[in-house]
Amino acid sequence: MRASKEPGEPAAADRAGNTWPARLHVITGKGGTGKTTVAAALALALARNGRRTLLVEVEGRQGIAQLFGTDPLPYEERTIATARGGGEVRALAVDPEEALLEYLDMFYKLGAAGRALRKLGAIDFATTIAPGLRDVLLTGKVKEATTRTVNQRRVYDAVVLDAPPTGRIGPFLNVTAETARLAKVGPIKTQSEGVAALLRSPMTAVHLVTLLEEMPVQETIDAIAELGKLGIPVGRLILNATRPPLLAGMVTQAELRRGLAAVGLPTDRATIAGLHAEARDQAIRRNLEESLRADLVELGLPLVRLPLLAEGVDRAGLEVIADSLLAASS
Amino acid sequence: MRSDHPAPELDIDRILADRGIRIVVCCGAGGVGKTTTAAALALRAAERHGRRTVVLTIDPARRLAQSLGLTELDNTPRQVKGIDAEASGGELHAMMLDMKRTFDDVVLAHTDPAKAAEIFANPFYQAMSSTFAGTQEYMAMEKLSQLHARGEWDLIVVDTPPSRSALDFLDAPARLSRFLDGRMLRLLLAPARSGGRSMFSLVTASFGMFSRVVQKVLGAQLLTDLSGFVAALDSMFGGFRQRAEQTYRVLQARETAFLLVAVPEPDAIREAAYFAGRLSEERMPLAGLVLNRVHRTAVEVPTAEQSLAAAARLAELGGHEATVETLRAHAALAQQAARERRVARVFTDAFPQVPTAAVTAQPADVHDVDGLRTIGAAISRG
Repeated sequence: MRASKEPGEPAAADRAGNTWPARLHVITGKGGTGKTTVAAALALALARNGRRTLLVEVEGRQGIAQLFGTDPLPYEERTIATARGGGEVRALAVDPEEALLEYLDMFYKLGAAGRALRKLGAIDFATTIAPGLRDVLLTGKVKEATTRTVNQRRVYDAVVLDAPPTGRIGPFLNVTAETARLAKVGPIKTQSEGVAALLRSPMTAVHLVTLLEEMPVQETIDAIAELGKLGIPVGRLILNATRPPLLAGMVTQAELRRGLAAVGLPTDRATIAGLHAEARDQAIRRNLEESLRADLVELGLPLVRLPLLAEGVDRAGLEVIADSLLAASS
Repeated sequence: MRSDHPAPELDIDRILADRGIRIVVCCGAGGVGKTTTAAALALRAAERHGRRTVVLTIDPARRLAQSLGLTELDNTPRQVKGIDAEASGGELHAMMLDMKRTFDDVVLAHTDPAKAAEIFANPFYQAMSSTFAGTQEYMAMEKLSQLHARGEWDLIVVDTPPSRSALDFLDAPARLSRFLDGRMLRLLLAPARSGGRSMFSLVTASFGMFSRVVQKVLGAQLLTDLSGFVAALDSMFGGFRQRAEQTYRVLQARETAFLLVAVPEPDAIREAAYFAGRLSEERMPLAGLVLNRVHRTAVEVPTAEQSLAAAARLAELGGHEATVETLRAHAALAQQAARERRVARVFTDAFPQVPTAAVTAQPADVHDVDGLRTIGAAISRG
């Protein structure tokens, strides 16, 4: 995690006129809003045309492996997909224990003693007793990958982090405050300051994924306020699983009866009432969605709409989402 | 929906009415409606079944919390006013978990005030009690165990924390107790004592190096705080472990019913299936699956295909715009319902014996007692 001088070359992503200029993209959102899917699609999108991206998860959920249908990811960067036009997405599941061992090894050359420590539960102990330490290790690894260079070239054009959900994103990203309480001096403190600086720099963008439902929208609004207090700006709001409204207006029972009769469908009372009730529920839903959308627009952040993939997200679906992400203007 | 659902139907009223059942735990992935389900079941138990019920919520949506009269996080159950339980004689109380306060209470219960003050002031305690991954889960179980021990309630309905994995709350007590009771802490407390034994020589050699490394990496002041924390907690270890084990046993007992909560989406269903397997491994009593936000059409005919064909013909005829839109919306709803049935079948195929209740998606979110009552009735109809 030595502070390397910026190589003179501009980022490949910028050359391509990409509308996602940051190098580290942090994706968060309420549980169930599809942040892993969005993170994976963004990693694919930014890897297109010969670039290389890294997709990182930190919660031990193995969400990336499930999404791509592979075996659980080890703590090792490995290719998980090739992108359109040539390009590569690598994936990494950061494990706090492994990250601590790697970190100690880097500074103190532990070797076999490190393994003994693990057997003893020392690593578990250290990451348990100092939860801030755990997050510093996770975000520290992300920072290392983001800034890593080989032969003066960045290894990754972009790093996409599938971050903890909105409820925990503040403490997770606010590493300095957490560790400052525990470590007042030393390398951990230096490292956490480096991470904090990266997260607040233009190199990083935090994006919030939401659905047009009350709880996710409320949590999105709360998270923006929380991140704002921490001095971490929000990049974009990503509105996932949207669909075009099917009903422009409200139908009457008489209209329905006339229409169904014209094409020889049943026009009994139950059918008419049933279809009418469905239309009424959809209208309620549509009004609610419109008011939630207005709440989001009011936040004044760039809004990206992603389509609902009715049949679930497979590899082809990820490309569809990647297209939508790239089509979004900045 | 019901006819092609192979799983038996969940009879929620039988569970809520059963005086032998004193704890209902709602668990599942984040964002599936656990809190609302827990609150709706607690309300139904109070209104319909006359039980003195308390619902322990972890992180309720603001408006739902307000509707239950929970305006602040005060860690004690408050009676919910304005429910319709006069006839049944039941009561509904609700509380929101205050993780830090619960931890403080545990400390106070196990030590004298002077020592407690010392523990509270330690930066490690502050970090652990507010941010330790697992503390929320552990404290939810601790609070459950307190409420249970007080014996004031006929029924305790628990909402579980929105963990990264729904399993954390089962693992957290064991993890915390293993940690507090572990070799590591004992070594840290008395490295010299165990250092004399040859059997541990490698271990203690590593450990000595570990503490040197910790000292280098984190600084000496941190180690001092750490040993202070450990020494202060020393007297409480036995109590911690005992409580964790006790809670675990209560969860295995006949008086507990676990309800899985899911929505018919692949992630939530996968999580529910994993959880069902895990509960059975732990010999914890799984009572059923509540499948929220299920879509269904009001009428079977016209089918999706018939509706789309009819919409196309009406569009050609002209003058039927509103009907065309309604038929297309109906077709989309029928397709969504079919897709959800396929997704849900992943669970029912794997656990055909688990009773299931499918709750139709509400057009708007629930944030008042009337809404909770509607949800309770919907779960009960299955």
